Amino acid sequence: MWKWLHPYAKAERAYQLCNTLLPYFTVVTIVSMLVGWVWGLGFAPADYQQKDSYRIIFIHVPSAILSMGAYSSMAIAAIIALVWQIKNAELAVIAIAPVGACITAIALITGAAWGKPMWGAWWVWDARLTSELILLFLYLGVLSLYHAFEDKKSAGRAASILAIVGVINLPIIHYSVEWWNTLHQGASITKLDTKAIDPSMLWPLLINILAFAGFVGTVTLIRLKNEILQREKHRPWVRHMLNKG
Amino acid sequence: MTRQHSYWLLFSAVFSKDVKLAFRQRAEIVNPIIFFLIVISLFPLAIGPEPGLLARMAPGIIWVAALLSTMLGLDKLFRDDFNDGSLEQLIASSYPLSLSVLAKVAAHWVVTGLPLVFMTPLFALLLNLESAALMATVLTLLLGTALLSFIGAIGAALTVGLQKGGILMSLLVLPLYIPVLIFATSAIDTSSMSLDYSGQLAILGAMLLVAIISAPIAISSALKVSIS
Repeated sequence: MWKWLHPYAKAERAYQLCNTLLPYFTVVTIVSMLVGWVWGLGFAPADYQQKDSYRIIFIHVPSAILSMGAYSSMAIAAIIALVWQIKNAELAVIAIAPVGACITAIALITGAAWGKPMWGAWWVWDARLTSELILLFLYLGVLSLYHAFEDKKSAGRAASILAIVGVINLPIIHYSVEWWNTLHQGASITKLDTKAIDPSMLWPLLINILAFAGFVGTVTLIRLKNEILQREKHRPWVRHMLNKG
Repeated sequence: MTRQHSYWLLFSAVFSKDVKLAFRQRAEIVNPIIFFLIVISLFPLAIGPEPGLLARMAPGIIWVAALLSTMLGLDKLFRDDFNDGSLEQLIASSYPLSLSVLAKVAAHWVVTGLPLVFMTPLFALLLNLESAALMATVLTLLLGTALLSFIGAIGAALTVGLQKGGILMSLLVLPLYIPVLIFATSAIDTSSMSLDYSGQLAILGAMLLVAIISAPIAISSALKVSIS
């Protein structure tokens, strides 16, 4: 059943897979990002209470969701790297980590920009804000651990172990708004039956989530291609390809 | 008489070796306590000696000082064994590495965490902590410092192979310490309002149980990476 997956453990095939997938991801990202931003920032109706400043959710919410999504895919790659000893999965961990760190920083910065007019403060030591900040530290920890090792083989494995250990933070972030009485509001997208969010705002938001997911995927694929080339630079297939191109 | 091979023998051998070593070089036990005391005495100097203010901040001060002083011994946890090669012997032995790791972490807690728990009444006195909150502080430190040893050992194991692992280790470990800090200080705060704080203690206990089960596995695989 899983036989079709095995060839991709080989670096060359994984590189080709990246090349095949990259155009699709790029097109989806560009189209959905244009549609989502124009619709969300230009045409979606203004909120009755927050007026136009609510529009930051079209950037804040997707980046916050993807900051956790990127971490979980990094952790899945880390588990694959450690359990099945697949080298490409280690490279994927390192390919995702900086992207995830950036998107977490975007979520924190947009949140602060929204918090200043709404809550009257750039930063509040609220459970969700704090746990999101810890997520940023975890990404940075994975990155700095990877770069501290001279030998990139053990660097990849050490970073993978740290990525898996950090997974305990994900449920804490997700449930922080339910476990503690926080200033940060609870989830509204997933409460479909109660109509917590109007369809005229929900659709552009969903398109933006797709756009951010596509963006993370695109950048990760590009970074993964680079990592594979760097790790495999002495192999004949890389030289062959570079000489041809 | 041939010595019996058993998991318990391995555990007690590693544990007593580490504890004995620590007691022979007393600095290892005494230094974290002195460090803890100095950090605590910095706060009244820095924020002013007003008793009410100190009592309000005491839980946070004690816990931050505890975090920092357990970090002191962490770097040495695997470093000596790594340098003299006994870590490789532990990995090469037919016993599960996670068991000897569990013994080492337990020894580390007995040497660095437990003395802090015993010293707490003194610190509470210095910081004017109410007697109602004293019991909560002791209990959270008892559960929490053990948890800190387990979490910290993961960071120590990941960085033991590096030349300058010390600072990197604190960067890796401190974010993971934050949940412990939040629940522990929240328990002490609740107790100083003479409310029931068993909920926070239960969460700390649950986190400790999860750590006892899963941290040795993570630590031993990290050690195997560091040694290769």
